[in-house]
Amino acid sequence: MLNRGRNIEKGRVITRRMFILAAAKILLFAGISSRLYNLQISDREKYEILSDKNRIREWKTPPQRGIIVDNFNKVLASNDRVFQLHLILDEINDFDVTIFKIKNIIGLDQFEIKKLYKKKERLKPWDTLVVSDNLTWEQFSKINLYLHELEGAKPVLSTSRFYPYANDLVHVVGYVGDASPKDLEKSEIKENFVPGLKVGKYGIENSQEKMLIGNYGIKRYEVNASGKRISQIDYIKERQGNKVNLTIDIEIQKYAQDLLKGKAGSICAMDIYTGEVVAMASSPTYDPNKFTHGINQKDWQEIRNDPLKPLINKSIAGLYSPGSTFKPLVALAALEYGILDPNKTIRCKGHKHPYELYGVKYHCWKKEGHGYMKLRNAIKQSCDIYFYEMARLLGVDKLSIIAKRYGLGTNVLGDLYNDEKNGLVPDTKWKRRALEQSWYLGETVINGIGQGYIQTTPLQLCLMTAQIANGGYKIKPHIIKDKSINYKGVISKIKLDQSNYPLHERNYLDDINVEYYQRMYHKKSNINFVLDAMFGSTNEQYGTSYKSRYDDPKYQFAGKTGTSQVRRITDLDRELDLDTEQIEYKKRDHALYVAFAPYKDPRYAISVIIEHGGSGSKAAAPLASKLIKRIIDRHKLREQFNNGNTSLA
Amino acid sequence: MLRERIQASNYSFLDKLRSIDYLLILLIIAIGSISVFAIYSTEGGKFSFYTKNHIIRLSVFFSLFLVLSFVRVSTWYKNAYLFYIVGLILLITVLLFGISASGATRWINLYFLNLQPSELMKIAVIICFARYYHRIQSSDIQSYKFLIQPIILLIIPCYLVIQQPDLGTSILIAGSGIAIIWLAGLNIKYFVYSGLLLLVSLPFVISILKPYQKSRILTFFNPDRDPLGAGYQIIQSKIAIGSGGFFGKGFLKGTQSYLEFLPEKHTDFIFTLFSEEFGFLGSIILLFLYILLIYRIINVGLVSRSFFAKLYCFGFATAIFLYVFVNIAMVLGMLPIVGAPLPIMSYGGSSLLSIMLGLSIVMSCKIYNQEQISVY
Repeated sequence: MLNRGRNIEKGRVITRRMFILAAAKILLFAGISSRLYNLQISDREKYEILSDKNRIREWKTPPQRGIIVDNFNKVLASNDRVFQLHLILDEINDFDVTIFKIKNIIGLDQFEIKKLYKKKERLKPWDTLVVSDNLTWEQFSKINLYLHELEGAKPVLSTSRFYPYANDLVHVVGYVGDASPKDLEKSEIKENFVPGLKVGKYGIENSQEKMLIGNYGIKRYEVNASGKRISQIDYIKERQGNKVNLTIDIEIQKYAQDLLKGKAGSICAMDIYTGEVVAMASSPTYDPNKFTHGINQKDWQEIRNDPLKPLINKSIAGLYSPGSTFKPLVALAALEYGILDPNKTIRCKGHKHPYELYGVKYHCWKKEGHGYMKLRNAIKQSCDIYFYEMARLLGVDKLSIIAKRYGLGTNVLGDLYNDEKNGLVPDTKWKRRALEQSWYLGETVINGIGQGYIQTTPLQLCLMTAQIANGGYKIKPHIIKDKSINYKGVISKIKLDQSNYPLHERNYLDDINVEYYQRMYHKKSNINFVLDAMFGSTNEQYGTSYKSRYDDPKYQFAGKTGTSQVRRITDLDRELDLDTEQIEYKKRDHALYVAFAPYKDPRYAISVIIEHGGSGSKAAAPLASKLIKRIIDRHKLREQFNNGNTSLA
Repeated sequence: MLRERIQASNYSFLDKLRSIDYLLILLIIAIGSISVFAIYSTEGGKFSFYTKNHIIRLSVFFSLFLVLSFVRVSTWYKNAYLFYIVGLILLITVLLFGISASGATRWINLYFLNLQPSELMKIAVIICFARYYHRIQSSDIQSYKFLIQPIILLIIPCYLVIQQPDLGTSILIAGSGIAIIWLAGLNIKYFVYSGLLLLVSLPFVISILKPYQKSRILTFFNPDRDPLGAGYQIIQSKIAIGSGGFFGKGFLKGTQSYLEFLPEKHTDFIFTLFSEEFGFLGSIILLFLYILLIYRIINVGLVSRSFFAKLYCFGFATAIFLYVFVNIAMVLGMLPIVGAPLPIMSYGGSSLLSIMLGLSIVMSCKIYNQEQISVY
C-alpha cells in the first residue's frame, strides 16, 4: 500500500509539473503569436517596402541626346549607330578568361585591358561592363561569330554623338564626353544621368545640356538575391532630348573655316538686324568626334601642343587690340560728342615729323605720311595722326562710353560659352581701380587707334560693326534661333524708323515689343558719316581695302582694316621696315578687318582676324571679301527659309 | 502482476484500432500536407527533387509510424537503454566516419538516406530518461546518487553533438532531457541554482564558442551589425514574414523566397516561406495545429497508467514544443540562429524519422495505455 501511495504521489507530481510546463508553453506560444502580429500586421508596411526593394531593381536606360541643327535644319550633331560590346558581369564565371578571349578577338592592348579591370572594380557584380563603346563593323561581326564562346558578352547596337561637320563646327557646337564629378553636380545632369551617358563638355552641347539631355527611361525588373533579372515588370520609355536650332549657316561656316585653313584666327558673321550669328569660325580647329569615345593620348597631345592653339575659341575667347577697326567708333564718338568738325584738317607728315605729346612721339603707320586729312579721309586711309589728335580731344572716358554702348567690353553671347571673354574697354576709373594708377594722356592717344589697354573679341568687333551698320540700333546677338520674335516685322520697323529720320514724329521702335531694340545714336547723320567713310575705305582709291572691293552693288561692301600690334614698334623696326614674311611669326601683327554688306541696304556684318597675319588690308580684307560674296549669295535662301518656306533647304 | 500481463496481451486488434488517437493521426496528416505544399513552393512551383523526396519520406515514415504504433509500450520500455546506446554509438560513428557539409560533420551515409544521429538522439534521450525515472521512487529522486546518473547520460550526447558542431540540436537534446528531470519531480531549487550558474558562467561559455557561433549570437542582438553576412538571414527572414501581412502573398507568390533571398528556405526557414505566402492567418493556423498536436500528446500521457508512458509523452510533447518554439522564434528574430528544424514541416529525413518514431511511441502508449509496466 505504501508503494501504491507513493506511486499515486509520483503520478500527481508528474501531472502537476506537466501543467506548469504546459502553462509555460502557452505563454511562449503567445509570445510567438504577438511577435507574428507585430511583424505581419503592425509593421507590415515597413517590411513590404523592404521586400519590394529587395525584389525590384531598376535599370535606367539612357536617353538619346537631342540633335543640333543649323539655320536650314541641317543636322550638325546627330546620334549615330555604334557597335558596342557589353559584358554582363554576373553571367561570367572567369573574368580573366573572358577578357583574354575578347582581347584576342578584337585586339585590345595592355593599356586598355588595365583600364577594363579598373572599371570592373568600380562596378557591382550585377552591373554591365562596357568593354568597348565603339567597335568597327569588323570587330563587331567577329564578336558575333565567336559569341557562343564568350559567356556574358553582349554585342549591343547603341547610339553615340556624331558631328558630320567635324572640324568646321567644334568651336560653336562643342563636344560631348564622359561626365566628370563636377558635371554631375549640375542639376540638369544629376537628374537625368545614367552611367555611361555622355554629357556636353563645351559650347552648345554644354550650355544647352538641359535641352539636349532628355529623360532616361526606367526598366523595372524583378530580381533574385544575386541580382539576376527574372522578369520585366515595368518600362517607362526614355525621352530624347530636344532639338537645338542654331542660327549658323553651315555652308557659310564651312566656307569661313576653309578660308582660315592653315592660319590662326577667326571669322564672325552676323545679321545686323536680327543679331543672328551666321558664322563663327575659329582656326585652327579639331575633330570633336574624337572626344566622344575618349580621345587617345596622342591626338590629345597633338591638339594641346599645337602652337596655333586650336583649343581656344578665337571668336569669343581670343582677345585682340582692335587696331584701326576701332577707328570708326572713335570717329563716331567724337562726332556724337561734338568734339570736332569732320572738316577739321590735320596734316600727317610721315615718320620724320611724328605726332608729339609731352615729348613722346606717336607715329603714323604710313612712312611717307598722309598729308592733309579731313575726318572722312582719315578713316578711309586709316591715318593714325588724325586719330591721335581726335582721341586727345575726345578723352578716354567719353570714348569708352560709346565703345561700351556699341558692344565692346562685355561678352556677347551671355552664358552660352563658358570661355567667352568680356574684353576690356579702359577708362580712367578702370585704370585707377585695376592698376591703381592714374590715366596718362598718351594712353588716350594710342587708345584712339585701338591699341593700348583695349581688348576685344572678334565677335565683339562684329557686333560693333553690325550696330553701326544697322543705323545705330541695339541688337541682341544670338546663336540659338529665337522663334518668339517676328524678325520680319522688326526689320521693317527699323527701316521705317531709319527712313523717317530726321522727322521722328514717332519712334517706330516702340511698336517692336522687344525691349533691347533701341536707338543708340545721338545724331543719325554721325552714323551715316561713319558708314560713308567706311564705304570710302573699301571702294575708293587710296582706301585701305580698295583691292578687295566689289563693283557690283549687290556685293558691294564697306569695311575698315586693322593691324593690331603684338609688341611695341621700335625706331629700329621703323628703319628696317620689314615685310611681314621677314618677321618672326610670333612678332607679326594681327590682321583685322570689319565690314558690312551690301553697302546699300546692309544686312550682314563680319569681322575677320588673322593672328600674326600682317596687315589687315593684305591678310584679312580679301578673306572678308570672299565670304561676303558667299553670304550675300545665300541671303535670299536664308530669308525665304526664315520666313517659313522650309522646302528650300 | 500476472493478471495485468494477461490483460495486456489480451488486447484484441479491434480494441487496438479503437484506442488509436485518430485526431493525432489527422494532425500529422494535416501538418504533413502543409509541409508538402511549402516544400513545393520553395522549388518555385515545380514538382522537383525536394518535393518528390519529401513526399516519399513522409509516406514511408508515416507508414513506419503506423506499424510501430502497434509495438507494445513495454517493448519500448525494455529497449529504452538499448535505444540510447545505439544513439551514442551512431554519434561516435559520426565523429569518426561522418560526412561533412558546410563545415559540420553531422551525417552518416546510409545510401538511401544521410542519417543524422543527433536527431535520433533527441528521442533516445527522452525514452531513456522516461525509463530511468519510471523505476525511481519519488523519495529517491532528490538524492544525488539518482541525480548524477541522468546528468551524465545527458552530458555525453550533448558533448558529442557539440563536437560536430551542432549547438542547436545539442541544446534541444539537453532541453528535452531537463524537461523530463523536471517532470519527474526534482526539486525546483536545483533548476534555480543551475540556471543561476549558467548565467554566471555565460561569459566563459561564450568565450569557448566557435567564431561563427559567437557571431550568430552577437548578430542576434543586433542583426544590422553585418546585414550581408551573419545578420542577412535574420533580416531577410523578418522581411519575408513581415511583408506577408494578414493574408499572405498567396501560394507560390512569396517573392522573398521565390527570388532566393531566403537562406535554407526548405529546412530551417520553411516557416518563413509559409508565413510569407499564407500570412498571419496561415501562421496562426499552423501554430494552432502544433498546439493541438502537443495537446493530444499530453492527453495520451494523461490517460496512460504507467509512469514511463506519462513521462515519455509529457517529455516528448515538451520536446516538440521546444523544436517548434526554437525554430519559429529563431526565424522571427527572437532567438539566435541555431540549426533547428521545424518538426514535420522542414525538409530533412532524419528529423522526420525521429519525429515519426517519437510519435509512434506516443501512439503505442495510447493503444496500450492500460498496460502496467513492471519496475524490473
